[in-house]
Amino acid sequence: MTLLIALGCSAALLLISVASVLGRRVLGRSTLVYAATLAVSLLSLACGIEALLASSSGSPTLSLPLGIPWFRTHFRLDALSSLFLAIVSWGGASSSLFALGYGRHESSPERILPFFPLFLAGMIWVVLADDAYVFLFGWEIMSLASWALVVSHHREEENIRAGHLYLTMAAMGAFTLLLAFGLLANAGGGYLFSSIRASALSPRLAGAVLLLTTIGAGSKAGLFPLHAWLPLAHPAAPSHVSALMSGVMTKVAIYGFVRIVFDLLGPPSWEGSLPLLFLGGVTAVLGVLYALMQHDLKRLLAYHTVENIGIIFIGLGLALAFSANRIPWAAALSLTAALFHTLNHSLFKSLLFLGSGSVLEATGEREMDKLGGLIHRMPGTAVAFLLGSVAISGLPPLNGFASEWLTFQAILVSPNLPQWALKFLIVAVGALLALSAALAAACFVKAFGVSFLGRPRTAAAAEARETDRWSLSALFANACLCLLAGLFPGQVVNALGPVVQQLAGQALPRQSLPFWEPMIPIAQNRSSYDAFLLFVLIAFAGLTIAGLVRAIGFRPIRRSPAWDCGYPDPSPATQYTSPSLAQPIRRVYATSLFGAREAVESSPPGDPRPARISVRMRDPAWEGLYLPVARLVSFLADKLNPMQFLTIRRYLLLVFLLLVFLLLLLSLWI
Amino acid sequence: MDLVRPSLVQAAQMVLVLLVAPGLTGLVRKLKARLLGRQGPSIIQPYRDLWRLFRKSPVLAENASWLFRIVPYLVFAFIWLATALVPTFGLGLPFGPWADLIAITAMIGTARFFLALSALDAGTSFGGIGASREVMIASLAEPAMLLVVFTLALVAGSTELSAITAFLLSPSAGLRVSMALALAALLLIALAENSRLPIDNPATHLELTMVHEAMILEYSGRHLALLEWAASLKLLLYFSLIGTIFVPWGLAKPGASLTAYLAGGSFYLLKMGTGAIALAVFETGLAKMRLFRIPDFLGAALMLGLLATLLRFVSGSL
Repeated sequence: MTLLIALGCSAALLLISVASVLGRRVLGRSTLVYAATLAVSLLSLACGIEALLASSSGSPTLSLPLGIPWFRTHFRLDALSSLFLAIVSWGGASSSLFALGYGRHESSPERILPFFPLFLAGMIWVVLADDAYVFLFGWEIMSLASWALVVSHHREEENIRAGHLYLTMAAMGAFTLLLAFGLLANAGGGYLFSSIRASALSPRLAGAVLLLTTIGAGSKAGLFPLHAWLPLAHPAAPSHVSALMSGVMTKVAIYGFVRIVFDLLGPPSWEGSLPLLFLGGVTAVLGVLYALMQHDLKRLLAYHTVENIGIIFIGLGLALAFSANRIPWAAALSLTAALFHTLNHSLFKSLLFLGSGSVLEATGEREMDKLGGLIHRMPGTAVAFLLGSVAISGLPPLNGFASEWLTFQAILVSPNLPQWALKFLIVAVGALLALSAALAAACFVKAFGVSFLGRPRTAAAAEARETDRWSLSALFANACLCLLAGLFPGQVVNALGPVVQQLAGQALPRQSLPFWEPMIPIAQNRSSYDAFLLFVLIAFAGLTIAGLVRAIGFRPIRRSPAWDCGYPDPSPATQYTSPSLAQPIRRVYATSLFGAREAVESSPPGDPRPARISVRMRDPAWEGLYLPVARLVSFLADKLNPMQFLTIRRYLLLVFLLLVFLLLLLSLWI
Repeated sequence: MDLVRPSLVQAAQMVLVLLVAPGLTGLVRKLKARLLGRQGPSIIQPYRDLWRLFRKSPVLAENASWLFRIVPYLVFAFIWLATALVPTFGLGLPFGPWADLIAITAMIGTARFFLALSALDAGTSFGGIGASREVMIASLAEPAMLLVVFTLALVAGSTELSAITAFLLSPSAGLRVSMALALAALLLIALAENSRLPIDNPATHLELTMVHEAMILEYSGRHLALLEWAASLKLLLYFSLIGTIFVPWGLAKPGASLTAYLAGGSFYLLKMGTGAIALAVFETGLAKMRLFRIPDFLGAALMLGLLATLLRFVSGSL
């Protein structure tokens, strides 16, 4: 029944999409579309939560006579699906809520309204799919709808470029996933997930599937070095779509990866976890370093998605290593950490992107260095954004810390692993994770500090107006969930239990119910964490000291110009900007990694021109991977160019030769 | 289960760290002055300073927001709580299971996050200098600290501070290479985290070199008092941490007699005094480092931590 309702929701989204095209002339159709999307998303959220709670009583399946002739389409709602259904639906609901206010300011709604519900529907199909066709169909709808949204503001050169790269990468990713499913289905001859699950692959083919899935799902999620499209495409879309793409679509990619690798692929080998752990660690640190070098708020957030995907992949890699070595409790711990972080990231990344949307709408600026002082003008947005910043920086008592803490605990049980390669790698990955956590905090000091604090740097920032109530309520809904998930991590771990049970064969011990009991993932004397009581105690400590201060003698506050060591300068240009704030870190980390070079150009004495400092940086992924490929493609294209002028006879000859070659290959293979 | 006594111990510890912290700072200052051949202010001078600051009315920069005003309370609460979670004179603190060493490290991180934000709030260039340097130093010190935590957790099989201390007190602990490396790393981190020489000079207001002082430059009155107090609490926290982990003797067991607690307390004060002497001697012999030498300094801490963790990963006995 739940599955039917969830499918009904996706059908309803499709209808909304069609209706938005048909009802082009209806007044206030933006509001109607987003309100309908909101209602449908809330319904499917309820389905997801209901199914997650009831997942012990079996997972409903459904096959419909739709799609390709003679085949049916299959859907299933198990614990894993229901978790991601809930994540997708909540992301859709909060983005729609935001868009209820935002949508009124949209200059070209006809380019967004049809694709927004379609995008959500595609993601719902992916998570509900029970056969490879539905999965890939949903995946493609998700990619194409989001591509349309990325290029919705097509008059900007940059967006078109982003859209082009995005489309290329999406095509590549879908292609590798298609191959992965081809290999998976080949063994049993079935494209149904149940028949794939029943058949076993040889280790070599299983390795190939893992590789293809990592490329396919990893490129959609933003795994280094396949992340290059992400920081271009995510910011290019309208903000509520950015929130969906960064907060939710990357989670669907994680879902695809988990579904294929942990569910369909069968028993894993430990070697498979090596590239995952390595890529996860590298992605986490490079993602946040890229983010630190950005001065565009939305691009900075997009790079942070890359970082968090890295953290999630570290958890997944650990889980793979543990389950390959038959240590199910440790696999359960790592999977819980990864899924918890997935959930968390969808919450705070939606929050932050929506917050940046409010800022963009109020000021028309994405450049942090043209903002400043927004905490006075947009107090609500500032509070929500601050909460999101604390959460994403992995600081207690918010939710980002809880999942990072679990990941650290998973790393600390890995000396149990027998393989030396894993032991060495996991130490390094642990160090990288710690590094990325510290750098993330630095990055959000920069993001929040430069945009919201200080003095306004431009007139636009000085005259910003607080965003509307719909958008604010979307921000605060996400912020509240971040706080709740942070304060009661034990309950989240319980809720994830069925999913982890399904994937690892064992779940973490059930966390005791009074919500103030600490979270104990392994054993009491090993580690425990109680965010709620810590929070209460911090509040108590703060209030105590405030009371003490009052008792000593409370003097009223006076206002005066900033002291600034005696030389206050009224110009807001004397404040630190985002590049200047990141400069020491850039010097420490980016000099070798990104080849950052600073050049100071100072004018000769007597010349009143100001001195200029400029920074040059290289992107290792771009130069190491993309440019060579692009060069190769254009080289080959040049070489093959004469072929378009051949006669029909020669074309037939070529086709014939290819046929011979393929038959030869086939005969060798069999 | 007896809940009264552990709660009393915990409450006593919370008050004790509050009272001891400024004295520790005063002691280090006095010792440094004596080593430099100066008379130096009295040891109780920090208490007088705090009292004086608390009774002054704070002056806020015109542009400062509400964040600027609540950050001192937040920072103080976070640091105070983190300090109260580290056993000083007795084990078995009831707050212990609420936050392990990873959480304590992260709580210090939260305090720093807010302090760095408040430095940017007034919109001055000095705040920016302080914040930008502080986050750079933290980006090196925090991972190093976590690696030290990893080492300890792998040695003791727990990230819980009480459990770690209890394990190190047990006969099976023994001497270990990884622990020695972790101690060396922790000492370097403690210097950096507390803005001590050679990373930062706590005694000066020299614009080009300061880090911590630049961040709190715009604070005054009770806000400044809270931040100064929090800074001395943080110093005490690191001293206690090193004392509890590496010199775990003298700690009263849970449920011990009052005399045992008193003995534990005096032993704790002795440890802190020794630490203050060591710090004063160390700082007197050093000059401040250039800012961009700090990565080398903390890189050493990071490498030591990594080496210690690696040793634990590959060998059960080292």
